[in-house]
Amino acid sequence: MFDILHDHLALFLVGAWPHGPLGGVANTLVLAALGLVASFPLAIAVGMAQVSPWRWLRTGADAWTRLVRGIPLLLIIFWAYFAVPLLVGAEVSAFTTAVCAIIVYESAFLAQIVRAGLESLPRGQMESARSIGLSWLQSMRHVQLPQALANMLPSIVNQSVSIIKATSLAYVIGVPELTYSAAQVNTITLTKPLQTFLLLAAFYFVLCFTLSRFAGWMERRIARRRLGLA
Amino acid sequence: MFDLSFLLEEGHLTLLRNGVLTTVRLFVVSGLMASAIGIALATLRALPIRICKALVVAIVEYHRNVPVLVQILVWYFGVPQVLPEALKLWINAGNTEFFLAAVALSLNSGAFVSEDIRSGLRAIPYTQHEAAWSIGLTYLQSLRYVILPQGIGAALPALVNQALLLFKNSSLAMAIGVHELLYRTKQIDNLTFRTFDIFLVATVLYLIGTLALMALAEHFAKRRTAPMGV
Repeated sequence: MFDILHDHLALFLVGAWPHGPLGGVANTLVLAALGLVASFPLAIAVGMAQVSPWRWLRTGADAWTRLVRGIPLLLIIFWAYFAVPLLVGAEVSAFTTAVCAIIVYESAFLAQIVRAGLESLPRGQMESARSIGLSWLQSMRHVQLPQALANMLPSIVNQSVSIIKATSLAYVIGVPELTYSAAQVNTITLTKPLQTFLLLAAFYFVLCFTLSRFAGWMERRIARRRLGLA
Repeated sequence: MFDLSFLLEEGHLTLLRNGVLTTVRLFVVSGLMASAIGIALATLRALPIRICKALVVAIVEYHRNVPVLVQILVWYFGVPQVLPEALKLWINAGNTEFFLAAVALSLNSGAFVSEDIRSGLRAIPYTQHEAAWSIGLTYLQSLRYVILPQGIGAALPALVNQALLLFKNSSLAMAIGVHELLYRTKQIDNLTFRTFDIFLVATVLYLIGTLALMALAEHFAKRRTAPMGV
C-alpha cells in the first residue's frame, strides 16, 4: 500500500497538474469549497423563507427543500449535465456541471441548518427587533442572522464533510478529482485494486474525520462559552 | 412537449420497470441486512468489553467519513482480490454487481443504524431501568418490555431517515453497473435521446419513494413528541 502511495502521491494530491488540469485531493477541496461558498447565500434565502411570516413563501421554500432532498445527487448531476448548457446557452465543463449540482443539492441541506439556527433563537429577539421599528428583513439582517450564524458554525463544518463526500460523485461524469485519481492509479497498477481503493478511502477519511472532529470541538467550545456567560 | 409514448416502443417500458424492480430489491435487501448489522453493532458496543467498543467505533467512523461511492468501489474492485477462490466463484455465479453493491450499502447503512439505535436507547432515562427492576422485572425483561419499545420509538424517525438515505444511495450502484433505476434511465436516454422526459419520469419515481419516507419520518417524530410532551 505504501509503495502505491509513494509512486503515485502526486496523482492523488494534485492529479495531472502542473502539466494538465488540477485534480486529486486539491480539486476535491476546490469543488467542496466552491460548493459550500456558493450554496450558502441560497441556503440563507431558503432558510429565511422557511421561517418567514408569509405563508406562500414558506410553502414554496418547504417544497423546494423536499424536492431536492428527495432526489439522489447522482440524478441531480445528470439533470445539471442536461439543463445547465441549455440555460447558459453554451457548452459547460464537467467541473462546472458538478459544482452546479452540488450547489443545488447542498443548499437544501444547509437551508435546514439555517432554519434550525433561526428557530432556536428566543422569540423575544424578533419581537423586540420589530418593536423598535425594524422591518422583518432588517431584524433578520441585524438581529437574528448574526446570532444564528454563530450558533450554526459547527453544523456548517459538519455539512462540509458531507459536501466533500458528495464531490466523489463528480467522478461519474469524469471530473478529475480524488476518486478519479484513484481510478487512474488503479488502471496503472492493475494488480492492486484493494490497496488502491483503501488508500483512496484513507484520503477521504483523513479529510472528513479531521473536519468532523473540528466541528465537535467547536460545538463544545460554544456550549462552554454559553454556560460561562449564563 | 412532454410526451411519454416513446416509453411504449421497443421495450423501453420493460427496461424502466426492471430498473424500478432492481432499485426496490436493492433497497429492501440492503435495508434488511442493514437492520441486522445495525442491531449487531449496537449490541457489541453496549457490551462492557473495551475491544468490542473500539472495533464498533472504528467501523462506524470508517463508514461515516468515507463517501458511499468509494465504499462501493472498495467492495467491487478491491475486496474480491483477497477473497478465496471458492467464494469468488460463488459470488460471480450470481449477480456480482448487485451482490457487492448490496454488501457495501448495507454495511454503510448498518453503521449509521447502530448509531441511531444507540442514541435512541440513550434517550430513555435511567429511572426507567430502575422502575422496571423495582417492580420485579429481570434485566432482560426490562429490556424487552420497557427499554427497547421506548428506545426504538425514540429512534424511529432517525431510522426512517436512514432508510431515505439508503434509498437514494442505491442509485450509486449504477457506477459499478447494477441495472437499477438510474442505470436504466441513462440507458433509455441513450436509446431515445428523450433526456428531459425520461429524467422527469425517473425523478417522479424516486420522489414517490422519498416523499413517502419523509412523511413517515415526520409522522413518527410527531407521534413521539405529542403524548409525552415533557
